[in-house]
Amino acid sequence: MFGYPGLSTPNIQLNDAGKLKHLLTLEGLKPHHIRDILDRADGFINTDTRQIHKQPLLKGKTIVNLFFEASTRTRTTFEIAEKSLGADVINLNVATSATKKGESLLDTIYNLEAMQADMFVVRHAESGAAHFFARHVAPHVHVLNAGDGRHAHPTQALLDAYTIRHFKGVDFSQLRVAIVGDILHSRVARSQIQVLNLLETEEIRLVGPKTLLPHDASAMGAHCFTDIEAGLKDVDVVITLRMQNERMSSARLPSEQEYFETYGITEERLKLAMPDAIVMHPGPINRGVEIASRVADGPQSVILDQVTFGIAVRMSVIAGIMEEQVTSA
Amino acid sequence: MIAITIQQGRLFDPANQLDVITDLHINHGRIIAIGEAPADFTASKVIDAKGMLVIPGLIDLSTRLGEPGLEHFTTIARETKAAVSGGITSLCVMPDTDPVNDTFAVTELIQRRARQAETAYVLPVGALTKGLKGEALSEMVAMHREGCVAFSQANQPVVNTQTLFNAFDYAATHKLLVMMRPIDAYLGKDGVAHRGAISSALGLPDIPSAAETLALARLLLLAEETGVRLHLSQISTARAVEMIQDAQARGLPVTADVAIHNLHLTEFDVADFASFMHVQPPLRSQRDRDALRAGVKAGVISAICSDHTPLMHDDKLLPFPESVPGISGLESLLPLLLALVREHVLTLEQAIKAVTHQPASLLGINRGSLQVGAPADIAIVDLEADWLFNRRQLISAGDNTPFHKWPFTGKVHTTLFQGRVVHQPKLA
Repeated sequence: MFGYPGLSTPNIQLNDAGKLKHLLTLEGLKPHHIRDILDRADGFINTDTRQIHKQPLLKGKTIVNLFFEASTRTRTTFEIAEKSLGADVINLNVATSATKKGESLLDTIYNLEAMQADMFVVRHAESGAAHFFARHVAPHVHVLNAGDGRHAHPTQALLDAYTIRHFKGVDFSQLRVAIVGDILHSRVARSQIQVLNLLETEEIRLVGPKTLLPHDASAMGAHCFTDIEAGLKDVDVVITLRMQNERMSSARLPSEQEYFETYGITEERLKLAMPDAIVMHPGPINRGVEIASRVADGPQSVILDQVTFGIAVRMSVIAGIMEEQVTSA
Repeated sequence: MIAITIQQGRLFDPANQLDVITDLHINHGRIIAIGEAPADFTASKVIDAKGMLVIPGLIDLSTRLGEPGLEHFTTIARETKAAVSGGITSLCVMPDTDPVNDTFAVTELIQRRARQAETAYVLPVGALTKGLKGEALSEMVAMHREGCVAFSQANQPVVNTQTLFNAFDYAATHKLLVMMRPIDAYLGKDGVAHRGAISSALGLPDIPSAAETLALARLLLLAEETGVRLHLSQISTARAVEMIQDAQARGLPVTADVAIHNLHLTEFDVADFASFMHVQPPLRSQRDRDALRAGVKAGVISAICSDHTPLMHDDKLLPFPESVPGISGLESLLPLLLALVREHVLTLEQAIKAVTHQPASLLGINRGSLQVGAPADIAIVDLEADWLFNRRQLISAGDNTPFHKWPFTGKVHTTLFQGRVVHQPKLA
């Protein structure tokens, strides 16, 4: 999917019929997979009233939210989505220190399987962890990646695509999207680039200082901009990413203030984008670091819509992956 | 000692430009004649090598054999058996054992275990600095006397440049060979994959090529200044090949080796997070791989090694970044080398000399040839045998190989170490 010559990754997330069995990454999926998920999400929400439609499709099914990395927000939205589908939900926050050894990491999974889990929603600090889980679970168990290291966060990217579609229409082929901030360390950005490419977005720009940009953006199907003004010029969508404190301690940025000065999304800079451009953020926001409060709370911000749509999109993903179990139920 | 005749094999020895179908005779552990047997010679064992290749036993410049430190997992006896099953009869053992091979007592222990096993020639490489910590010099002279053929830091860089300078100066004083992996102490320290398309796309912490070339420049400059005899271990980048070529052209007596997997695999093989592909130095770009191949062809890189690192099952049963880097490589070295010959990447001569007389000559050991009078370390290879490599059938305790189910053509039939048969085909 990145256009590499000779890359033939066996796609372990698809079953023999080409349907999603796990969702680990958007890489290797076809546009119809994405459209199915987004279309199905429409059925779970009234986008005028923002009302979620609860449907007990997964009554009697058990979903384990297995978080090796703390995240209250993501876990909560997953939990709401799972409960809205009528599933039994178990939340497990596993201290990574207890799972330093491979066997005990697997033992955690095997034990939960033995407790009749039907799906794991996994978050882990290492890239590739979701693939690791998918390789080792029993055949009937599904794995949903809720973020692995810097690699992928597919449901976040899907809800972003849903949000863009809501505001900009189903045709992405005329859209210019700028993703601004720490692309290098961002699983969100990697998945966003993939979903935007699958939906044939006109142009995907990655904007930030060289210390936070990936080495080979063209292989990912995106273009790098180190100049914020050039990067924002005439775009239809501005996605800002959260800036972690860690980037200062690891000497990739001098200070939050200097970052805001050079790359922060201000009202002034936003004027460079199209007049009807929308501003997005995966949350939680650092006001005055990556985004000015007046922009975050301003008329072009759709940040809270993302949160609500996220529930419907996650319901859609979960119901889609467990479809066979749904229909047989 | 039994007298052996290897009958009608194709004797192939780049050291002596030998490529002829004839008999080879062995007595008292040495090669005593090629062609006609001496008048008083009677073979007590005849090995029919018709249609097979008879080459010097392979010399592997970088291996880890488990002892001391991992006796509960594997032993020198077991790993040397794995080696000879792959035609390797001489093995350099890296000093990153537990305890580190930084005193003659540890060197002696390794030698004793190897002598007890009596399966292959084990050549300990001593630690350049105590504990590989890069702070104090180890007793190189005493360890050399005990049998260390060279001194190395394994995967540990020496941070303090003055200490590195002193270590080189001291080694040069005693004309000792130093084998160094060019690794920068900080750049790419937490990386697990080559800085390129795949690390960008998968979000894996990366190791830039400059992590190697920076360290290489430092090593080359210090070698030039101190006059130490420097060998560069397991280089992985195109730029490093150029830099070594330049240094050699200027007359600096530096040599280099490459791990066989870096001649076959690239960063793309990491694309599905297969932890068996996690190695150090990392699998780099296709351009790097091609430059390494060209470097072997041109003689800039004079040796190819397995960089054998047997790992416990749990070490690889982890998400890619958390898994331990390394490949159990003894049993795939020769088949992978022959694959390069079949693919016309290397000639048979280029391939064989990179694992026989070239590593022997850089170590200064009397091995790696079929010279009359030399120790009879010999591999007899069936070049036509088709087989599937299977990690469940390895003799090594480490089943960590990325080459599982690779089809190979060419298999070791019989291996002799000092005139004794140490590996032969299982009776059907």
